[in-house]
Amino acid sequence: MSTTTSSLTRSDWAARLLKPQYFIYYMFMLVLAGFALFLNDTGFFSLANFMNIVRQTAPITIMAVGLSFALAVGHIDLSIGSVVALSAIVGAILLQYVGVPLAIAGALLSGVLVGLINGFLIERLKVSSLLITLGTMGIITGISRQVSGLESIPIIDPLFRSLLGNGDLLGVPVLLWWTLSFALIGYLVMNKLVFGRHLLAVGGNPEAARAMGLRTENIRIKALVMCSLCAAIAGLLYAGRMAGARYTLGEADLLTVIAAVAIGGTSLFGGRVSIIGAVIGSWLMGLINNGLILSGFSTDEQMITRGLILITAVAIGAREAKNA
Amino acid sequence: MLRNELSQTILEVKEITKRFGGVEALRGVSFKVNKGEVVGLLGDNGAGKSTLVRCISGIHPPDEGEILIAGKAVKLDSPMDARKAGIETVFQDLAIIPEFDVVQNLYLNREILSTNPVLRWLGWLDAKAMAKRSQKSLNRLSSRIPSLSEKIVNLSGGQRQAVAIARAVSWGAEIVIMDEPTAALGVEQSAQVNELIKLISSQGVAVLLISHNMQHIMETCDRAVVLYQGRSSADVAIRDVDKNALVSLITGASGSLLAESA
Ligand SMILES: Nc1ncnc2c1ncn2[C@@H]1O[C@H](COP(=O)(O)OP(=O)(O)OP(=O)(O)O)[C@@H](O)[C@H]1O
Ligand SMILES: [Mg+2]
Repeated sequence: MSTTTSSLTRSDWAARLLKPQYFIYYMFMLVLAGFALFLNDTGFFSLANFMNIVRQTAPITIMAVGLSFALAVGHIDLSIGSVVALSAIVGAILLQYVGVPLAIAGALLSGVLVGLINGFLIERLKVSSLLITLGTMGIITGISRQVSGLESIPIIDPLFRSLLGNGDLLGVPVLLWWTLSFALIGYLVMNKLVFGRHLLAVGGNPEAARAMGLRTENIRIKALVMCSLCAAIAGLLYAGRMAGARYTLGEADLLTVIAAVAIGGTSLFGGRVSIIGAVIGSWLMGLINNGLILSGFSTDEQMITRGLILITAVAIGAREAKNA
Repeated sequence: MLRNELSQTILEVKEITKRFGGVEALRGVSFKVNKGEVVGLLGDNGAGKSTLVRCISGIHPPDEGEILIAGKAVKLDSPMDARKAGIETVFQDLAIIPEFDVVQNLYLNREILSTNPVLRWLGWLDAKAMAKRSQKSLNRLSSRIPSLSEKIVNLSGGQRQAVAIARAVSWGAEIVIMDEPTAALGVEQSAQVNELIKLISSQGVAVLLISHNMQHIMETCDRAVVLYQGRSSADVAIRDVDKNALVSLITGASGSLLAESA
């Protein structure tokens, strides 16, 4: 009951600096320093390489921001990887008939649609988001494979490719602009806007949120739409950078995105979100991937590493939850 | 301790019934609460107290009967309806968000938005204004909450109750309903909550208090309404009874006793 406020002692400072939400920054710097030491002759520690990492990671970062919305309300969305492919394929096919704006709109609409379907099914059937989105993931992947005939659909439109892929704006890659824009939007929504406040309330204590008059079902559906929409944008960015769409896009991203978000300090059980953590987490995943490649590790070993990171992050999160 | 008996009735409940499938949780409950009065709602486990509270706070509307606020019949189909009618409920399980701080909880779903029209349209929160006004409303309650920016998870049970009660009265509620506010609290913290109840009633707020703690009821309430198997079976002024009399009313050992004061 009594709280004494005296000047901070040394151990208080230690406790502050060791707060779990700072874990991601220490981890990031540790990994960076580690690779910089071991790979000092490979050009790892160069602006060009870091730009490269940020560009390659852009879709992951945006998906991580999107997944934060779903996690805020206490949902998980396993269908994001499949939405990446769907959106890219829809965009690429539409580009054969219509201009860039309509193609983008169509691709984004496919994402919104998936979010709405996920949301309505979860609320109607009162089934966990894990199972529903596992189901929609299967369905969407099947549709993408069928529609594309397992072929890659090339994109030749130069505007699309530069706007969503390899273009520059003011000397900075567009992919970095996209990343920063979505990080900023996600941060503002979650921390400054009433919508984010309500998302976190629903995730933090749904009964209380309802008792205070929040329309919890609507809020949860909106969160899933935001999540899917971000995945659709990620799909467009892949399509832009790779100059084509393929059903395999985003296939292996689910693990990376969840690990990035979890290690960034967002609770996988709702109510606590760190957008900055998710962005740094995604860059950490990109950094590790890049470092492992330069160190000569195989794709398989990279995958094993990602799995280990996720488990570590979840273990830390669980310990923190017990202490709270 | 008893306030002016001629004072105005703020809440009246008339012949309320509520069925859940085959279970008749409420079979005819009637009573009145006056402005600034603290009324204890007593009854054994399963007597229907929580069900009655949910009817009055709009969580589930009654099957039959009427609820009148200041003499006017109201239809309470949602918690928002009840809130607009001036009824605030402090729930048994405290409807607060543990990961939110005190201010965020006080203003949940009633957030103050920026005055800038563009930001306002976006739903931009005015955190400063909310912190300032929270400070005011908590000062009024001579609050024991250490810091407004403290997360609820870091507060004690008594402090959490204080936040929930502060939220109820800071919205200008005329009727505050509390379902076992001290059930999970120790002696000292219960006393603090009692103090808070007396304080808000002295400010003209009517309080409907559910408690199994007879000592608590004797100390804080002006009147007690007893539910027995879904019916209001007694309505007595606290100054006219002792603990044992209340207990026998609750267990149904003594017959129906409806005080003229009601
Ligand atoms: N949602 C519900 N569905 C079915 N039956 C219910 C429901 N809510 C309450 N009941 C029943 O209605 C009766 C009254 O319950 P209520 O919770 O109102 O009692 P109470 O007086 O608050 O008891 P306690 O002192 O234990 O909190 C009980 O028989 C209970 O089982
Ligand atoms: Mg009860």
